[in-house]
Amino acid sequence: MGESILELSYLISALLFVFGLKLLSHPETARRGNFYAGSGMVLAMFTTLLLHRDASGNGIALTNVWIILSALTIGSVIGWVVARRVKMTAMPQLVSFFNATGGAASALVALLEFPNADMGNYESVLVTILGLIIGSIAFSGSMIAYGKLDGKVKDITSGMMTYVNLFLLVTVVALSVYIMISGQTPEQLNWAIYLLLGISLFYGVMFVMPIGGADMPVVISLLNSFTGIAAAMAGFIYSNQAMILGGILVGAAGTILTLLMCKAMNRSLMNVIIGAFGANGAAAAN
Amino acid sequence: MEQILAYFFTYKEAIFIIALSIFVGIEVISHVPSVLHTPLMSGANAISGVIIIGGIILVGHADTSTLSLELILGFFAVIFATLNVVGGFVVTDRMLEMFKKKKK
Repeated sequence: MGESILELSYLISALLFVFGLKLLSHPETARRGNFYAGSGMVLAMFTTLLLHRDASGNGIALTNVWIILSALTIGSVIGWVVARRVKMTAMPQLVSFFNATGGAASALVALLEFPNADMGNYESVLVTILGLIIGSIAFSGSMIAYGKLDGKVKDITSGMMTYVNLFLLVTVVALSVYIMISGQTPEQLNWAIYLLLGISLFYGVMFVMPIGGADMPVVISLLNSFTGIAAAMAGFIYSNQAMILGGILVGAAGTILTLLMCKAMNRSLMNVIIGAFGANGAAAAN
Repeated sequence: MEQILAYFFTYKEAIFIIALSIFVGIEVISHVPSVLHTPLMSGANAISGVIIIGGIILVGHADTSTLSLELILGFFAVIFATLNVVGGFVVTDRMLEMFKKKKK
């Protein structure tokens, strides 16, 4: 009974996400769309809290409910106050900051679920690792984007950076493959997973560092679609349809939005990411 | 070939959801006017806070008898995800509020 209600509420949430996103793309209905998407989220949160059961059929214990509720309260109060108080001109960096927190949450969930991963099942390990990698890149990248828009981080460009980034990317892939095929237990692979976390975080920094300040909105949109994909990967860990659909939806919409934003600036995405060479590219765009 | 087909069959539901969500995600926003780019990005960002469900499940089934790493980091994961959700939707609302005033 509870299980069915939970799944039904996930379906309603997913529909509210799609419908909300649809309304958000028209000027007259945008605010309503935002409200719908928000309602979908609140619904999914509370039905999960009340009705979720683990594999052995145990619900969420009362102590855990209180812990979760206090975390929800802390997050809501800070989020609400910051979002209400910030100056209008500082909004883009705030979006980037909130995207960073979403990425951090995805990375943390993947990191903490890794010990429970079924090492014999490649897909189970793969979605956990991907959630960790993509979530950490989204987190550190968004923090740098936030710092740049806020004037705290300067552009650093160097011809070497492309090679360093390529090297980091290869290392991430190699380490992931090693974790998947080594046949060791999650405890034995603890070092590898933390190393993977560290390299992914560093890659996020290096990825955004050389991109010019004027291109930041495009980069934030791209990192936003990363956060969506990371959330979807976590959705696969829990076989949670609302997370999978919401995450992939944001991943796809975010990617298209990124391309549309590039088009509005008369640039290609490749041009923004590698061809820009930081300040020069940004100046050319202006 | 047979392996690929078997793989598809095992994960058919997930593959269906992914394929359709990608299509819906693209279709739903493909005609957005450029003035709405930033609010839409912010709204989509708030939706990516669905990871909060994962955080709730994680902390919900964590062992509370000891102060484990799982409990502490999970607690922070829920806080971070809530920031993403609440902050995201409130900021989007503020942007759209401003948008409405400008139009009048």
